[in-house]
Amino acid sequence: MASVLKKAVAVSSGMIVLLAGVMLLGISLGSSDDGILSLTEIFSRLTDPQSLYYTIVWEIRFPRVVIAALMGAALSLGGLVFQALLRNPLAEPYILGISGGAAIGAIIGILLSFARFPGVSLAAFAGGMATLFLVLVISSGRTMMKKESLLLSGVMVNAFCSAVIMFLISMTQDARIHNIMFWLMGDLSAGGKKEALIMAGMMVPCFMVIFWRANTMNLLLMGREMALSMGVNVRWVSVTLLVITSFMVSVTVCYCGLVAFVGLVIPHLLRLLFGADHRVLVPGCIFGGGAYLVLCDLLARTLPGQGEMPAGVITALVGAPLFIVLLKRTQP
Amino acid sequence: MSRIAVNASRLTYAYDGTRVLDQLSFSVQKGEIFIVIGPNGSGKTTLMKLIAGLIRPLDGVLEIGGHPIGAIRRKYLARQIAFVPQQVPTDFPFSVQDVVLFGRAPHLGTFGLTSVQDHRLADQAMAFTEVKHLAGRRLNQLSGGECQRVFIARAICQNPDIIVLDEPTASLDIAHQLRIMDMMEKMKQEKNITVVMVSHDVNLAAMYADTLMLVKSGCLVRVGPPKTVLTYDILESVYGCPLLVDENPLDNLPRVTPVPGRYIKELRMTNDE
Repeated sequence: MASVLKKAVAVSSGMIVLLAGVMLLGISLGSSDDGILSLTEIFSRLTDPQSLYYTIVWEIRFPRVVIAALMGAALSLGGLVFQALLRNPLAEPYILGISGGAAIGAIIGILLSFARFPGVSLAAFAGGMATLFLVLVISSGRTMMKKESLLLSGVMVNAFCSAVIMFLISMTQDARIHNIMFWLMGDLSAGGKKEALIMAGMMVPCFMVIFWRANTMNLLLMGREMALSMGVNVRWVSVTLLVITSFMVSVTVCYCGLVAFVGLVIPHLLRLLFGADHRVLVPGCIFGGGAYLVLCDLLARTLPGQGEMPAGVITALVGAPLFIVLLKRTQP
Repeated sequence: MSRIAVNASRLTYAYDGTRVLDQLSFSVQKGEIFIVIGPNGSGKTTLMKLIAGLIRPLDGVLEIGGHPIGAIRRKYLARQIAFVPQQVPTDFPFSVQDVVLFGRAPHLGTFGLTSVQDHRLADQAMAFTEVKHLAGRRLNQLSGGECQRVFIARAICQNPDIIVLDEPTASLDIAHQLRIMDMMEKMKQEKNITVVMVSHDVNLAAMYADTLMLVKSGCLVRVGPPKTVLTYDILESVYGCPLLVDENPLDNLPRVTPVPGRYIKELRMTNDE
């Protein structure tokens, strides 16, 4: 009689269908052709390794769509975990400055000529963890209001991170970071098959751990003390979940730069649709968040007549107004 | 089997170097209602948190069912002790039924999949605290008394030997206070649950407690049946205000009446003359 499991399966199935749909759309649409092809045409071209279309789809679009899906999943989960653990509906890795910190780490890694994997990834992770620690320390203790102080600390850390990033860029006349501005707004065009595989390898285990801990997040919503009294090892669970989440976010930053507000839009939308149980929300975020970013990326590369815009532009255009709506709503 | 549910000896706790509990020694018998009273800031809440295992003693011994509390794994401890905090969180997006079902968590796996049996226990707990008709509601739609009953149902659903409550009757009107206290008595009688709680209401505590413990500034003043604790000398010295202690007409248990200042003034004026 595990009705929760049934609901989780139902929501996941729906989201998987959605994800598969937008992924197909993402693969079939692009700047190099003139619209949606018929299925038979796609099939005949896709099975012919000699055709240009084969190369475009399998070497460029498919990895890109996979990376977008992974990134969307990781960022949505990031928002979900932060909102549950910090008991703050507005918490999100980008808003709290975790992404910015990871970006600093990544830029330093690039300037030190590290390899993308594992060097730059680890540098980004270190940066993300450092800012997480910073935000938590600043907002902890006897501050006036917990919720506000957490967000304010995040905003300040974020502003500081942006300044450091611009400082680093301005100080180094380095060809390696010439397209860093594009990357900063979320650029999903850099990845290939290898990158997609590495990202999947690093993120899928994180997804599984978070899913396994979904009910613990439910209990944590009732507050630290209630969770403790129901047998949750609060400190250990919080630390592992925050570290895992920061790791995922850092990986996305390292490969695709800063994409804002995904972790705000998707969890809130899913909560509105399916309720607050994290055993449903976690798989929902993985597949639904993936679908969302694939769609955003698709818009980002098809909307402009010439070239493309960073996917982060689309997500911020959607997410920032939603943040304001939520802010108005959570005020007493 | 030992008859002792909770045993404390020289139990000590401090926040930031300030001692809030100083060498408390007492024991709670199985299946009794044990109520802690005392002035504000005497460490009552801290004591509840210690017994519920939310914080660890700085010094001294605290045993639950004969085992040192630190040696019991958190999940096993949660099967023995349930906790009802003073301020229950209500900004919480779950329904009453969800909240009560979460009480099963210590008995389930990490993923918390519930069985028919778990749902039955939750239904029983909700019926026990008379909140079953609220099952589908959200907490923020409920009154203070209803919320308190939901969280007591959650604690019962945890199926513990001991329930620890931190001022469950605070900010409730008299009718709801009685309802909660009657519930405690029923819990003791029907489920043989040991109740350990804090109360700010001395008279209510006197009428329901098997054992009363009076603490002041983290030190134990007196522990025993209400009649031995609630005496004029002890209360006057602890609370530092004029009180009248007599017996209530119902069951001859001690009844405490605080004396308003205007009577003192009159008393002083007659003395001055």
